[in-house]
Amino acid sequence: MDLGNEVQKILSWTSVCGNLALHLIWLIVHLIINVWYSALGIARVVENTLISSGLLKSYNAINISKVRYLAVVIDSEEARQTSKVLELLRWLASIGVLKKSQTAIIEGLNKSQKATASKIKSQEAIVEGSNHGTLVEHVDLEFVSFADSKPAVAKAANLLFAKHYASTILEKPNFTESDISEALQAVGYGGPEPDLLLVYGPVRCHLGFPAWRIRYTEIVHIGPLKSMKFGSLIKAIHKFTKVHQNYG
Amino acid sequence: MVQKGAPLHKGATLRKITTHWKVHNHSMTIQSEKVDLGARSCISSRVDMEGVNGKSVGHLFENISSFVRQCIFSVLNVGPVPSHIAFIMDGNRRYSKKQNLLDGDGHRAGFSALINMLKYCYELGVKYTTVYAFSIDNFKRRPGEVASLMKLMQEKIDELTQEESIVNRLGIRIYFQGNLKLLSDCVRSAAERAMVKTSGNSRAVLSICVAYTSTDEIVHAVQESCEEIWDDIRKREVNNAEGNFVGLKENGKDENEHRVGLTDVDRHLYMSVCPDPDIIIRTSGATRLSNFLLWQSAHCLLYSPTALWPEIGLRHLIRVILDFQRNFLYLKAKKKQS
Repeated sequence: MDLGNEVQKILSWTSVCGNLALHLIWLIVHLIINVWYSALGIARVVENTLISSGLLKSYNAINISKVRYLAVVIDSEEARQTSKVLELLRWLASIGVLKKSQTAIIEGLNKSQKATASKIKSQEAIVEGSNHGTLVEHVDLEFVSFADSKPAVAKAANLLFAKHYASTILEKPNFTESDISEALQAVGYGGPEPDLLLVYGPVRCHLGFPAWRIRYTEIVHIGPLKSMKFGSLIKAIHKFTKVHQNYG
Repeated sequence: MVQKGAPLHKGATLRKITTHWKVHNHSMTIQSEKVDLGARSCISSRVDMEGVNGKSVGHLFENISSFVRQCIFSVLNVGPVPSHIAFIMDGNRRYSKKQNLLDGDGHRAGFSALINMLKYCYELGVKYTTVYAFSIDNFKRRPGEVASLMKLMQEKIDELTQEESIVNRLGIRIYFQGNLKLLSDCVRSAAERAMVKTSGNSRAVLSICVAYTSTDEIVHAVQESCEEIWDDIRKREVNNAEGNFVGLKENGKDENEHRVGLTDVDRHLYMSVCPDPDIIIRTSGATRLSNFLLWQSAHCLLYSPTALWPEIGLRHLIRVILDFQRNFLYLKAKKKQS
């Protein structure tokens, strides 16, 4: 019995030491990862500065016409930095993304920010801040939120129910994707599918952008809004212009 | 003999090593079983000392790599581990061209990669794994290629459901998610057989998305929700007609409640058997979801390694798990907000 208790004590002590060792190794691994990401961050800052200054010639000429619809998702906490949001919109305008034939779809802004950003729609301005200063006439902006995603599909479903499930139906309807698209449009939640979705936040995650509209959208993570750089925006759009999709 | 994982207690961290000796026919068989309750995994290894041959060297190598893997997973299990990982298996054809293989061999290599990832996910403690095997859009490919893919799929489904396959050894239940009516009869039957044969397994879940797109899934869910509401209304009407009039308030339902709600659509999705994925991994560097789990991926970490699917390995899984752990609190907070 004493021997059994001793063995149990030793095993228990070994297990506690083992767990502590595992925790320590885990902390060390994450410390190394954080140092690595910090180093990557510094390298990105240098690269973005070179891009912004025009020294990296491959980024000077971008075929912006390939981006018909650009979406931007901003983390709701980060979107409180209104000045940063407006700066981003000015950058997008300066690149030439926000023209009459193109639309920017923004998710994550609150009411007052939408109101402020909407003012840009009716202004003519020469946008500064890059080598690509352009006269901007009209900026086409669409604002979406979580309500445009899953709740919108539920509303569309109710519209289809009211339309197709009359009190005396002879044949069961067979919904198609076109029916859902039309229903979404009818309830006010239609819209184009963006080609490119830029995520401003700590994690690469689309944060609930309307599911129906991002089937083949390239989702690119830029980084936190507070440390956004013009060069990273250029790089993301440049990379997108090189992408080829099979659609099957 | 490989043993199935022993039942594990949640949160337990005790490491138990037992050694079992057996002498048989002038050969010594050492069988050791390691049960790491914290990692929710069980490995069983056998070192056969009957002479030195290629088989025993192979076993030895497998045991060593398994041991190293277990050590790595023990460290990873100190932090949060995702409960659901989804994979978009992109790059099989490019791998085939890159390695100068015959058509179809890239997909076979992809299947081996799938089995490895399934094993790693199981050992790590990831309960739900989902793979995007065949999209509805893939039917647009050359008929010859589609037919060959269907044939390979049927062959691999039958392999997976055999008694000694990894799926049954590890106690994994298989679901085939998608518009299965679009599949040929033999593939659909093989899929249905696999689901029935593995219905008794409960340690982990593998969802294979075949003839699937997210938009088709949403259409199906909306249709089913409408059908359910319609059936409810019909039943009430029948009750009323038979004189079993139930007041509007007595049965708790009125006209306003005969509406499709968000939870109704959620319930009727193909993927309602699993929680939302924590991580979606798409290989070959592409940054789009290609109509995969669009509804379920609102707060999901997206990862796009440049490796082609048959090249995916343990290092990619470790990397994304570490990323997940770094951002776990943020993703958890976002999920709560919604």
